[in-house]
Amino acid sequence: MDVVNQLQRQFLDYSASLHREGFLDDQFTQLQKLQDENSPDFVVEVASLFFEDCEKLINNMARALEQQQGVDFKQVDASVHQLKGSSSSIGAMRVKNVCIAFRSFCEAQNREGCLRCLQQVTQEYSLLKNKLQTLFRLEQQILAAGGSVPTIE
Amino acid sequence: MDADNKVRRKEVLSSMCDERARMLQDQFSVSVNHVHALAILISTFHYYKNPSAIDQETFAEYTARTAFERPLLSGVAYAERVVHSEREEFERQHGWTIKTMQREPSPVRDEYAPVILSQETVSYIESLDMMSGEEDRENILRARATGKAVLTNPFRLLGSHHLGVVLTFPVYKSKLPTRPTVEERIEATAGYLGGAFDVESLVENLLGQLAGNQAILVHVYDITNSSDHLIMYGHQDEDGDLALLYESKLDFGDPFRKHTMICRYHQKAPTSWTALTTAFLFFVICLLVGYILYGAAIHIVKVEDDFHEMQELKVRAEAADVAKSQFLATVSHEIRTPMNGILGMLALLLDTDLSSTQRDYAQTAQVCGKALITLINEVLDRAKIEAGKLEMETVPFDLRSILDDVLSLFSEKSRNKGVELAVFVSDKVPEMVMGDPGRFRQIITNLVGNSVKFTERGHIFVKVHLAENTKPVADTKAENCLNGGSDDSVLLSGAHQFKTLSGYEAADERNSWDSFKNLVSYEESRYDASINMTVAGETSQSVSLMVSVEDTGIGIPLIAQDRVFMPFMQADSSTSRNYGGTGIGLSITKCLVELMGGHISFVSRPQVGSTFSFTADFGRCKKASFNETKKPNTEDLPSSFRGLKAMVVDGKPVRASVTRYHLKRLGMLAEVASSVKRAVSACGINGSSCGSKIQPDIILVEKDSWLSGEDGDLSLLMLDRKQNGHMFKLPKMILLATNITNAELEKAKAAGFADTTIMKPMRASMVAACLQQVLGIWKKRQAGKDTQNGSLRSLLCGKKILVVDDNMVNRRVAAGALKKFGAAVECAESGKAALKLLQIPHSFDACFMDIQMPEMDGFEATRRLRMMESQANEQMNGGDTDEGLAQKSEWHVPILAMTADVIHATYDKCLKCGMDGYVSKPFEEENLYQAVAKFFKVKPISDS
Repeated sequence: MDVVNQLQRQFLDYSASLHREGFLDDQFTQLQKLQDENSPDFVVEVASLFFEDCEKLINNMARALEQQQGVDFKQVDASVHQLKGSSSSIGAMRVKNVCIAFRSFCEAQNREGCLRCLQQVTQEYSLLKNKLQTLFRLEQQILAAGGSVPTIE
Repeated sequence: MDADNKVRRKEVLSSMCDERARMLQDQFSVSVNHVHALAILISTFHYYKNPSAIDQETFAEYTARTAFERPLLSGVAYAERVVHSEREEFERQHGWTIKTMQREPSPVRDEYAPVILSQETVSYIESLDMMSGEEDRENILRARATGKAVLTNPFRLLGSHHLGVVLTFPVYKSKLPTRPTVEERIEATAGYLGGAFDVESLVENLLGQLAGNQAILVHVYDITNSSDHLIMYGHQDEDGDLALLYESKLDFGDPFRKHTMICRYHQKAPTSWTALTTAFLFFVICLLVGYILYGAAIHIVKVEDDFHEMQELKVRAEAADVAKSQFLATVSHEIRTPMNGILGMLALLLDTDLSSTQRDYAQTAQVCGKALITLINEVLDRAKIEAGKLEMETVPFDLRSILDDVLSLFSEKSRNKGVELAVFVSDKVPEMVMGDPGRFRQIITNLVGNSVKFTERGHIFVKVHLAENTKPVADTKAENCLNGGSDDSVLLSGAHQFKTLSGYEAADERNSWDSFKNLVSYEESRYDASINMTVAGETSQSVSLMVSVEDTGIGIPLIAQDRVFMPFMQADSSTSRNYGGTGIGLSITKCLVELMGGHISFVSRPQVGSTFSFTADFGRCKKASFNETKKPNTEDLPSSFRGLKAMVVDGKPVRASVTRYHLKRLGMLAEVASSVKRAVSACGINGSSCGSKIQPDIILVEKDSWLSGEDGDLSLLMLDRKQNGHMFKLPKMILLATNITNAELEKAKAAGFADTTIMKPMRASMVAACLQQVLGIWKKRQAGKDTQNGSLRSLLCGKKILVVDDNMVNRRVAAGALKKFGAAVECAESGKAALKLLQIPHSFDACFMDIQMPEMDGFEATRRLRMMESQANEQMNGGDTDEGLAQKSEWHVPILAMTADVIHATYDKCLKCGMDGYVSKPFEEENLYQAVAKFFKVKPISDS
């Protein structure tokens, strides 16, 4: 029981730190609340959808921005919009914030800025991915130890 | 004028000219007559007398003496007709030869006319043959033929070299027959009398005698040969006024010759003053007109320039306006993001173990954060109010909890100022009303905010009644349900105090105890009948509430009272310096109140305070629904205090009523005692028959009452009582205070009060939290949440919903959220796919539509869908009317936009495209509930 308690505590601390550091916002908590017996893997499912989506979009943008001349900013903008939507849906606040800056660079057709943002997005994304995987691992451990995942408010 | 002048000038010239011509002619004819007389003299005395009575000497003397008769003639001479045959004899007789004009002996001719008699002045022509001169010869021939005086052409006279003419008269030897022929005349001719007219000096003299000589220039011409005018007088080269001349005929008695006199002015006509003035005036007028036209043109150009400038400014102002809206939208959007972070953190903080004070702080922070977000929306709405586009929501809400929230917003401020802040809602006011909670909150916030701003002492009291109850009821029973508080308060304080909340005087007496107690007691007296009342009340659809906000602040100066509701007007300019603010608050409040179907008024006395009162109409909430439909903003009050008995010790009846009101909301039974002593007696501490007395679980003591000196009594008596076994358990004692110092707190603890002090302003939830801490009862936190989910669940359960979003993650999340509430969800990833799924007939109950999608966006998809629906509806209505209408009158699937954009412009656009509303993305339960509640009827949970 101690192990479970400790894990639970760890889980809560970790997710609190994720919130504190701005990786996640309230929306993620909402997602966690949506998870119940009917859809036990809801968060993981959504998160993996998000990661797939992200990778695809980042690749798209990278490819579009590779061109030295004649970058199709409209396409980049569409991708950023998608990414922004996805990230706000999942509550990935830092990714979302970078997306906001990214869009303004797209509007200004600033390739330098776009590239910088792309780099940031990539970085934030991989950071988040790591963090979330850790979180999910903790969750798995709790479940494996026979405990229930504590709900966060 | 000028023409007149010219005419006059011409007349003057003509008259002068005529005058001169006449005189010249007269003088001339006088001379001619005289020469004629001389001719007769010669014929008489030279020829008819034999021998001749006249010789050279006589003639010279006579002519010299009669020269005055011939002033025009330089001299006269007589030449005898000598035929060639007589020449020799004649020469011999006279002793000289006939000479020509050139003073040479005359060559042989048929006839000669040598001068034999001459005046002395012209003696030099004696013996000259007049016929040798061309002019004279012609003259002589003409004279003897006509028998009249004839004149020569003008020529330079010998001697004087003046211009002149020679006048010649024939002298006949014998008397002529009455009608002599030319031949008879020639035959009879004896000689010729001639005189030289010195015309030049003649005219000169003549003119000298006349006035105006200087002004005019006279020429005399011989115009016998009309093609060649010979000048007789005047210089050819003299110039004068060539434009104007006058010609006068001269008749010198020689019908063969014609003469004329031409006069002209020496100088040109002086230009007339009138003409000059006219010209000048005309010029000036032209100048002025020109200037006016120029000015007008300049003005027009300037106005045009200004107009263009204005237009440009207008365009810029409009751009600025758009930019402002954009800015507001962006900023409010940007503020929401960090605010969400703050609120999330606060929510997390609230889940940790906190002391009641900490919890209160955190809750206050959270409420304030929420209020800030609301405020941001309000900022956006402000422009709408001014444009008159504000629309009121109609949703059920709990008035009391809103009032509590507003109070908590200002609790910190009022506590710091030591101002008591309290709210009282009459029991008659329904728990839930239909209306716009945001706007109601805004009104209250504005009014309370103003009061807090302008009040330094005393109290601020918010009171809500049914509007029809505000008038004191006349037949109120005099019996005092509240232990006759009014007498005791005077006793207690010993000094004159107003019977208001804090004892300070208030502007409007309606809130003082005298009328307030009537109200309370009226309500209490009718309490039993309240079931009937509510039943009766519910028949009417709306309920009119009267809300008053009373303060004991600085009041409004009398002169400023009539412009209080005018925008940007504050009492005076120093107000904004001292207290800040824009002065727009009250004007907005007024608009809002009017939109709620009420009106706002105020009573204010400077240095006493102000009371703002407004009425507002709210819809009544169906009893069935508000049991289920707990509004999200309703803080659920714990039910664990239900049935507890409380004793409120407060010397001020109004304040005691407020405390009682809050306790009642928690389901507690409350009694009021005006002093500790009375409380003790009420508790039956000193009495023997405790059965009739209440046994309070809690005693709430107002700090003022406690400090009034009887503190020791209570706790000691209580302890004593317990020890004596009269009481089973000691009631908890809690202090009520607006502010409290640490020393006082220590003292209170020592006196047996609980650790927790209930700080004012009181709110039901806060009181509950304090009581929980004191009594050790912990409510289950989840309780509230569940009911809310339940209500949403009841709305969505079993509904088939289509989610349209191109973003996979969003789709999944939205679907997950909706499924959670029991809805059956289908997804479509584009507008086209959605249209395919929504082909009529379909079984969807609602559609959630993303707006920004590639290919076909949400607006477009909605538009097409609505088109499809209207076609289907037409067909249905046209075809089988009976059956179709009976089943489903029209196809209209509710479409809700999903958007991250919270700006209202988007909402308008949603509606324009045929959407029914929007939910913000990511979903918030509250928001989702509000949007969905409009379309789905609430089903009791049991149905699901």
